[in-house]
Amino acid sequence: MAFSLSPEREHRVDEILTRYPERRAALLPVLWLCQRQHGWISPEVVDYVAERLDLSTAIVKGVVTFYTMFFDEPVGENVVWVCRTLSCDLRGGKAIQDHLEKKLGCTAGHTSSDGKFTLLKAECLAACGQAPMVQINDYYYENLDVGLLDRIIDAHAEKGGEAAATEFSTFASFGSPAEGARAPKGSAPPPPSQEAVRLASQPPPSAGAPNKGGDES
Amino acid sequence: MSAPIRPLLTARYGLAESWKLANAEPAGAYKVAREALSTRTPAELKEEVKKANVRGRGGAGFPAGVKWGFLNPQEGEQIYLVINADESEPGTFKDRSIMDLDPHRLVEGAIISCYAIGAPVAYIYVRGELAFSINRLEQALTEARQAGYLGERPFGADLGHPIDVYVHSGAGAYICGEETALLNSLEGRRGEPRLKPPFPAVKGVFGMPTIVNNVETIASVPDIVEMGGDAWSSLSRLPGDGGVRLYGVSGHVKNPGLFEAPVGITMRELIDDYAGGMLDDRPLKAVIPGGSSTPVLDPRRKVDAPAEDHPLHKWHGMSEIDVPMGVDTYRALGTMLGTCCAIVMDDTVNMVEACRNLMRFYKHESCGQCTPCREGTGWLVDVLNNLVHGRGKPEDVDLLVNIANNMMGNTICAFADGTAMPLLGMVQKFREEFVEAAVNGVSDGVRHDDSVRSMVEGAA
Repeated sequence: MAFSLSPEREHRVDEILTRYPERRAALLPVLWLCQRQHGWISPEVVDYVAERLDLSTAIVKGVVTFYTMFFDEPVGENVVWVCRTLSCDLRGGKAIQDHLEKKLGCTAGHTSSDGKFTLLKAECLAACGQAPMVQINDYYYENLDVGLLDRIIDAHAEKGGEAAATEFSTFASFGSPAEGARAPKGSAPPPPSQEAVRLASQPPPSAGAPNKGGDES
Repeated sequence: MSAPIRPLLTARYGLAESWKLANAEPAGAYKVAREALSTRTPAELKEEVKKANVRGRGGAGFPAGVKWGFLNPQEGEQIYLVINADESEPGTFKDRSIMDLDPHRLVEGAIISCYAIGAPVAYIYVRGELAFSINRLEQALTEARQAGYLGERPFGADLGHPIDVYVHSGAGAYICGEETALLNSLEGRRGEPRLKPPFPAVKGVFGMPTIVNNVETIASVPDIVEMGGDAWSSLSRLPGDGGVRLYGVSGHVKNPGLFEAPVGITMRELIDDYAGGMLDDRPLKAVIPGGSSTPVLDPRRKVDAPAEDHPLHKWHGMSEIDVPMGVDTYRALGTMLGTCCAIVMDDTVNMVEACRNLMRFYKHESCGQCTPCREGTGWLVDVLNNLVHGRGKPEDVDLLVNIANNMMGNTICAFADGTAMPLLGMVQKFREEFVEAAVNGVSDGVRHDDSVRSMVEGAA
């Protein structure tokens, strides 16, 4: 079935096109709009984007496969990126990954059997001072220990990603943390924008796993 | 410890809801831009930035004022400003704080910079993972637009051109922090670096003259213009490397996080005075000074600069971590200041394992365009995997050095150098550990994350 964007998102595309002197420059922003609506970049999405921006499907596919965050296969309702680069690993990043694998019942690069979580390994997510951390959908969760991680994952499973983000997600912090406590979490983020990741409407993934963020070594 | 400075970049971080115009503006946001656009000429502003000696905060340390001076637009060419917010260098987490906690400082810096270099449009290229920061920036831009600070006549001033600032989201690719890869990505292409020359100032985005600056560099512009370039420059403890900057510390310290300090504090000060000292008071083994591409410092090693004309002579005989942190001092030390965000490792860390971790990163992030980098990064990981798992041979240590040396300087961009340099630094300074691993492997007991694994799990 042919893919089409919602009317609001079509309107967004028109607005985005005014920002650049060349149509092709809208490719990444438009792919993002599509992925936020559809959950992944399906072949139908590629066809749609190619036509909308006057590009060949080969060019669109070439771009999609270059960038880690564009999924060319379906993913779970929530995508969990666990940072395993040095700063996080020095503060227990591997323990976080091990715990997630146990809790979700799947190894990195795969989706839990209930389709709720896809677990992916990430390279440095620029939150090194608040390590260890994970990204879930659009939000960061920092200064983790396994107890906090359990509560975050449970909140995603029970209340959904946006409610969990309001309760637990963090943004940049600054300076020394309070006595006796690691850097406290920032205040709750503002209400999610319309463009917040919507993966929830997606069907459970097929047997194949995304080919990105798997356990390589 | 040095006397605390008046916070500049971070002055508004502590305000309640500091990211909103209603809170940032009474605390000084846009005051400088408003004045500058009506009372100063672009040439004057460029001169202030030049006098400020602001060395690019993205890692290369190139003087921003000099970079701006490379612009020489031809008839019919439009100048672009592109702000690099693709913060991805492992260990680095400073630009995110500006976007999350004071986005209006960045927007104000962008407006002044656009005016100074004559650019009607600026794009802020933010890494895709930072969706939250992108949202904050978008909201700040909407507020600034509604207030009349952007658009046809910013602050009502007639500049002869509009100023518009747009956020452009990346989608997960470290290489897009390389400025020409970033430009390709902005144009809707794969993020593969371009050959230089032509440099972006001559032929950048959409084939037009383009200035690419880091977020922190642009965020410093309002303070530079307000204080004057000379005064801002003299906040630094070092000549030719001006101002204050954000320092990050991650890894094995008591208080990891972000700090603002003058250019030229020492690594020892950063770790002990700012970051609260070593976690559990364990000994410092090594520190990667400014993001993973910068060669490691070893506190046991002394500065060897007996000649009086050596740039580091003043610190001759002192530990490497007692040299002031500056672009030029660190280059003389054989490393780089990079992004000024340090990764601190205590004595439980096995350097072969740490090296393997970082090389895995580079293997994952190589864009694949050039053979030495595409093949070299994978080969390094293979050899390091063999060492860690006890399948290594003593000659593997020299093989690592050989591969790295053949990557350096043989590729389109500096990614391969940024891979080879930290590896060579680690092998040079901790060779005995690599040799040991080649004979005996690395036992699970000293895997570097085990030192805190019990702590993390115990906290549950």
